[in-house]
Amino acid sequence: MKPLTTSWTHIRRSPYQALAAVLTMFLTFLVSGVFGLTVATSFLVLHYFESKPQATVFFNDTAQTPQIESLKATLEATGKIANITYVSKDDALAIYKEQNKSDPLLLEMVNADILPASLEVSATDPRHLKELEPIMKGAPGVEEVIYQKDVVDTLVSWTNAVRLVGSVLVVLLSIDAILIVMTIIGMKVAMKKDEVEILKLIGASKWYIQLPFLLEGGMYGVVGSFMAWLVMFILILWFRSSILSFLGIIPIIGAVLGNLLSAAFFGCTIGFLFILSALGFLLGGIGSLIALKKYIAF
Amino acid sequence: MIQFDHVSKEFGASSVALSDITVEIRDGEFVFLIGASGAGKSTFLRLILRDLLPTSGIIIVDDWDITKLPQSKIHLLRRKVGMVFQDFKLLIDRTIYENVALGLEILGKSKEETEKGVVDVLELVGLSNKKNSFPLQLSAGEMQRVSIARAIVGGPKILLADEPTGNLDPDTSWDIMQILREIHSLGTTVIVATHNAAFVNEMKKRTITIKNGEITSDEEKGRYHQTERGKEHRHHHSEAHKEK
Repeated sequence: MKPLTTSWTHIRRSPYQALAAVLTMFLTFLVSGVFGLTVATSFLVLHYFESKPQATVFFNDTAQTPQIESLKATLEATGKIANITYVSKDDALAIYKEQNKSDPLLLEMVNADILPASLEVSATDPRHLKELEPIMKGAPGVEEVIYQKDVVDTLVSWTNAVRLVGSVLVVLLSIDAILIVMTIIGMKVAMKKDEVEILKLIGASKWYIQLPFLLEGGMYGVVGSFMAWLVMFILILWFRSSILSFLGIIPIIGAVLGNLLSAAFFGCTIGFLFILSALGFLLGGIGSLIALKKYIAF
Repeated sequence: MIQFDHVSKEFGASSVALSDITVEIRDGEFVFLIGASGAGKSTFLRLILRDLLPTSGIIIVDDWDITKLPQSKIHLLRRKVGMVFQDFKLLIDRTIYENVALGLEILGKSKEETEKGVVDVLELVGLSNKKNSFPLQLSAGEMQRVSIARAIVGGPKILLADEPTGNLDPDTSWDIMQILREIHSLGTTVIVATHNAAFVNEMKKRTITIKNGEITSDEEKGRYHQTERGKEHRHHHSEAHKEK
């Protein structure tokens, strides 16, 4: 009997143990996958904000173009400005229209008058922003100055919290999954003690005896991780439009989820499945190996 | 060739199974190993299979000093040395075909090679019609023949048989002995540990007698001496008496 066939026979003969192992693996990979995707998304969001201008100066509706030009010139004269861009009310409307082109209702409600004009400012060194703050806030017609740093800092603290909670959960669940597989494979080895002994006496190699058990643990991991992938895949499709409306502005997310027939979407989902399955096999394999080390003496 | 060079085996300080054994068994020999229960016959065979390690001394099997054989190579030794057990050691959840096929599958043989090998060897032991039966559907004699088939299907150079007729009636025992003789005639070294005086006397093969862990005689065309039988009988009788 070939190793895979033998593993399948082991699984078939004790379906409840197999179910316990697969469900534990499923839960482990579902939680790991959800946290992994959340952390990856938050990094993309962070990166997006970090690549944006460091500060945005919004003007009130009474601000005149010369006042804005004057502030721009003053800031440039400090020599601490890397880049400065004037976004007029019309430009702001164009950007808004581009971002919400799929939602005609939102477009109808907005015109150029209710959007503020602004200056997007990047300093040569972010620390210079503190020195530039009095100039920006004190200039006539300025309504508000928003620093990306504040947004980024909030995001970083959220990301760190999610990562910490996620890591702890993933580690605990992984240990649990390994222990469950280890216990189940240990029981199987104990049940097949005589068979293992006979195989050893007739000259079976270590791998001939151990491989079916190792593959069995690996199969639990692969099946569990595949089920987790399937659930996440369905959830992402289900919430696709909501995700796109919140995060579609981020180029990678927009490119991957924007078109379900695109190579990007196909590549990402298949790649994710491959990574999860490989990790599943690894986790199940580790559980089996520990059990084999403990229960079969060579 | 099998060489024992001053081999001793102790199980704990007070239990000596074999004591300073030196013996050589040449390729292609048929050897009977006789002696009372507990004399050390099984220990002798288990040492050749590296199921046990000697307390002292060197054992050479086919140019390998098996006392120094690493764990990772023991299976290679066991592919050269087939073993037939008194209790058969068959897998009861597999058919006769599958049990015998194990001997070839562990060698990595293809499905076709395995099928051919199993069919041939089942024919040799006269069980071609039982290949789809399970061990529990067979008689003790048939199970022993399956055990022999599995031991020889991979073509070992040496075949060890530990009391192969211990659980069998006289007629079936003779069948088993005929099969072992046939395997020997094909060039395999055969070592049979037995109590059965009739075989030893009838077959006139080399006979090594072990008593209390020591070799007391080694004859080319040996006989199960009446004195040995008598002593053994008396030994059993007194043991039985003690138990009462």
